[in-house]
Amino acid sequence: MRISLFITCYNDTLFPETGKSVVQLLERLGHQVEFPFEQTCCGQMHYNTGYQIEAQPLLGRFVEIFKDAEVVCIPSSSCVAMIRDHYPKMAEASGDTELIRAVEDLLPRVYELAELLVKKLGVEDVGAYYPRRVTYHASCHSLRSLHLNDLPLRLLRNVRGIDLVELQNIDQCCGFGGTFAVKNGDVSAAMLTDKLRCVENTRAEVCTAVDNSCLMHIFGGLHRQRTGIKTVHLAQILASTEDEAHR
Amino acid sequence: MPETTTARETILGRIRATNNTVNTTTRAADYQAIERAYQQSASMARAAILKTFVERLHEYDAHVFETNADEVAATIAEVLRSRNQKSTIVAESFPQEFLPAGFSWRHESSTTTEELNTIEGAISECEVAIAHTGTIVLKGARKLTLLPDRYLCVVYERQVVETVPEGMAALQKYAAEPLTFISGPSATADIEMTRIRGVHGPRFLDVVLVRN
Amino acid sequence: MTIRVGEAAEAPSFQKAAFVLLDDTQLRKNVRHATDVITNKRAIVVGEQHDWQQLRSAASAIKEHTLQHLDHYLLQFEAACIAAGGHVHWAADADEANRIIVDLVKQHGGKEVIKVKTMTSDEIGLNKAFEANGVHPHETDLADMIIQLGHDKPSHIVVPALHKNRQQVREIFMQAMGLAELGDKPEDLTNAARHYLREKFLKIKIGVSGANYLLADTGGVCVVESEGNGRMCLTLPDVLITVAGIEKVIPSFRDLEVFLQLLPRSATGERMNPYNSLWTGVHKNDGPQHFHVVLLDNGRTRILADPESRQTLHCIRCGACLNTCPVYRQTGGHAYGSIYAGPIGAILTPQLFDMQHSQSLPYASSLCGACYEVCPVKINIPEVLIHLRGRVVREQQTGATLEAIGMKAMAGIFLSSRRFEAAQRLGQIGQWPFVSQGWVKHLPGMLGNWTAVRDLRPLPKQSFRNWWREREKSSAKKESVHA
Repeated sequence: MRISLFITCYNDTLFPETGKSVVQLLERLGHQVEFPFEQTCCGQMHYNTGYQIEAQPLLGRFVEIFKDAEVVCIPSSSCVAMIRDHYPKMAEASGDTELIRAVEDLLPRVYELAELLVKKLGVEDVGAYYPRRVTYHASCHSLRSLHLNDLPLRLLRNVRGIDLVELQNIDQCCGFGGTFAVKNGDVSAAMLTDKLRCVENTRAEVCTAVDNSCLMHIFGGLHRQRTGIKTVHLAQILASTEDEAHR
Repeated sequence: MPETTTARETILGRIRATNNTVNTTTRAADYQAIERAYQQSASMARAAILKTFVERLHEYDAHVFETNADEVAATIAEVLRSRNQKSTIVAESFPQEFLPAGFSWRHESSTTTEELNTIEGAISECEVAIAHTGTIVLKGARKLTLLPDRYLCVVYERQVVETVPEGMAALQKYAAEPLTFISGPSATADIEMTRIRGVHGPRFLDVVLVRN
Repeated sequence: MTIRVGEAAEAPSFQKAAFVLLDDTQLRKNVRHATDVITNKRAIVVGEQHDWQQLRSAASAIKEHTLQHLDHYLLQFEAACIAAGGHVHWAADADEANRIIVDLVKQHGGKEVIKVKTMTSDEIGLNKAFEANGVHPHETDLADMIIQLGHDKPSHIVVPALHKNRQQVREIFMQAMGLAELGDKPEDLTNAARHYLREKFLKIKIGVSGANYLLADTGGVCVVESEGNGRMCLTLPDVLITVAGIEKVIPSFRDLEVFLQLLPRSATGERMNPYNSLWTGVHKNDGPQHFHVVLLDNGRTRILADPESRQTLHCIRCGACLNTCPVYRQTGGHAYGSIYAGPIGAILTPQLFDMQHSQSLPYASSLCGACYEVCPVKINIPEVLIHLRGRVVREQQTGATLEAIGMKAMAGIFLSSRRFEAAQRLGQIGQWPFVSQGWVKHLPGMLGNWTAVRDLRPLPKQSFRNWWREREKSSAKKESVHA
């Protein structure tokens, strides 16, 4: 399959390793990955913070760039939620019938990474090897917008060598919430503390999720408290094999 | 009053400016078209419904006495004696034949509120009982079943329905009457989330369930 | 016309209030305990209700239908209530409602009233209006009594005094009730309340209540409660005044079959609450012989006019959203500065003000969506929060704030991949003053809130797209070598 990668603005800039892992993983599974350079951002940060007018043109850009994609892969559930939950409404509001049709046409081809693997490519064992004690945090968008349910866990359970341990209060928000983390920094910190407590109780070496946004926030706390626990995006665990030095 | 007339017109005017005017037919049709896919009729057998009803009452710390129609008076007598209840008030509509001999009864119509406050217990029937939620529904008899510390309700098996929608359907003919739904004794969880029984209503609830 | 929502217009921002409240150790312990208890109870009784989702759908549809025909249903209610011997008043704002109610009390020569829990009366500031006019209101709901006697403010919709522990309640009661001795077991405290209030229930002739539901077809009113004080206030007085927001009306008696299944499970995690009272107008020789309903607007019609957010008016005040909210869990209700706190408070309070006040509330959320999952009437609170943030940005921001400038600049950058890559390069170069020992320890301005509690890795030297570019180049080279 020809898979177009929407890396997301923050992964591109802050977490290129995640993108590399996605590419390596998909190529290992025998697919061809494309990267349209015109891409920038889906508009989530602006839209969610109240700058909906500024977010509007980013919808048009996304649709234009990916209109001929066979399939779009996005390693960020919050960005997929933005596209799925809000793009149709935003297109409606524009009154542009072309745009409305284009969004309707593109949306079924857009997938978060775990969704893509399990639902579209039909694979739950990607041949990964990751000999670490790992706990999985369910990000809010993956749970409540995308309804990924246990897809990421199914993928993780098939990783050889992994010691997967359950996270208590797995569905409780980590406190990132986009600009919430700085606009309401104190409450965000309090929520983070609760999440860190649960992570530390698992005695895991690594905390993983399908969103680097949550992980950036969680790792920020784990490192500040010198816990020695790391965060790694699901893609990097799945890309890891005995040959590769991903660990 | 001129002021409230103005407010009335202002409020209605704002509502109408927002909503499209629809004629009565559309509104009624829209209302009928609302999807009600929730359970509206019984799914359990009668025996299971009655069993559930009794279980729920026990969960609320109510006492349940199952009896036959010809033994209701005797059952009531036993309950009152075991409680050593010295005064009892009876609802107007309560059947005379269910009142055991040897007790003195106060009656709703001849008792003031102040007197009612000194009476130990009350007795009445109900209109319908809902098994799923352990609820008994009374028509009228509001003060009577509120001020005394004990309340005894005679419920007939045939009055027990399984679901809330069935209960509401049975009450439809009394929709404009004073109705009280009782599901256990009064309670609060306002102090450290500890559930405490009996703040203002009767702290003791007895149900005499009469078999068909 | 002045809209009032308690004292929300004067309240500090959520951020300011939260910072202080996060240091209140007892509050945080109590809020956690209370929300854990109720969410667990709710999960059990909802889990056993096989048609829960169908009930939610029906409730949401009934509410939406009612809003679409709100004028009809209000008029139908009015006519039926009057035909049954009641009086119906309309109040455009809080002051008008207070005036009507105070006048009614004075007409009946009352100096004291007994009150059943009603947040609507807190919204309009009724108790203050009473006191200013020589009428003393007695709260009879245990928690509201604790709040009133302790000169405090409620912190939750359903359990307003959850921030207090039993020792504090004991002290409040001893003082207010003039008791020489009082145990501190919850039973001791509720017994004290029972005796203290029984005398008032029997003596005071005017009652004030709210309404959970106004039934349009019968003109009836339904009040949902646990303690029995509602029944006392609704049955014993001569005069009953019920104040209710216009959104409380539902089309018919029958519709209660939906709401009475959703509300108790959502609010207190019970299959059914102890007492529901229904009455219609005036009943001969039974209950209050003078009955008045005050229908309140106070900003609701403006919410109705906003198609994106009028779903806010579906709310049946169950409090489930508060109990599940990870933000509320940290701060409790006082942080919102409003009688309506938590997720519903964050959307209802500012909208009643037409966004003139409480603008920080729509931002008091990480948009996790847990509230929407539990809302029995399917209010998509995250969607409304985002919409209100848009209103704040478009309507209220006077002048260019740093945030607005930054957001507009970033939007411009995202419009072109060339500009985006230039910004990435700029970031990679410009970050060095903030990097120490390989970590970003401190960021300027509001971004400093990040580094205040979290470490941050610096931008990697090579962005993903630059890695991809190089990979393409080297594979192209390989191809040309092989060719």
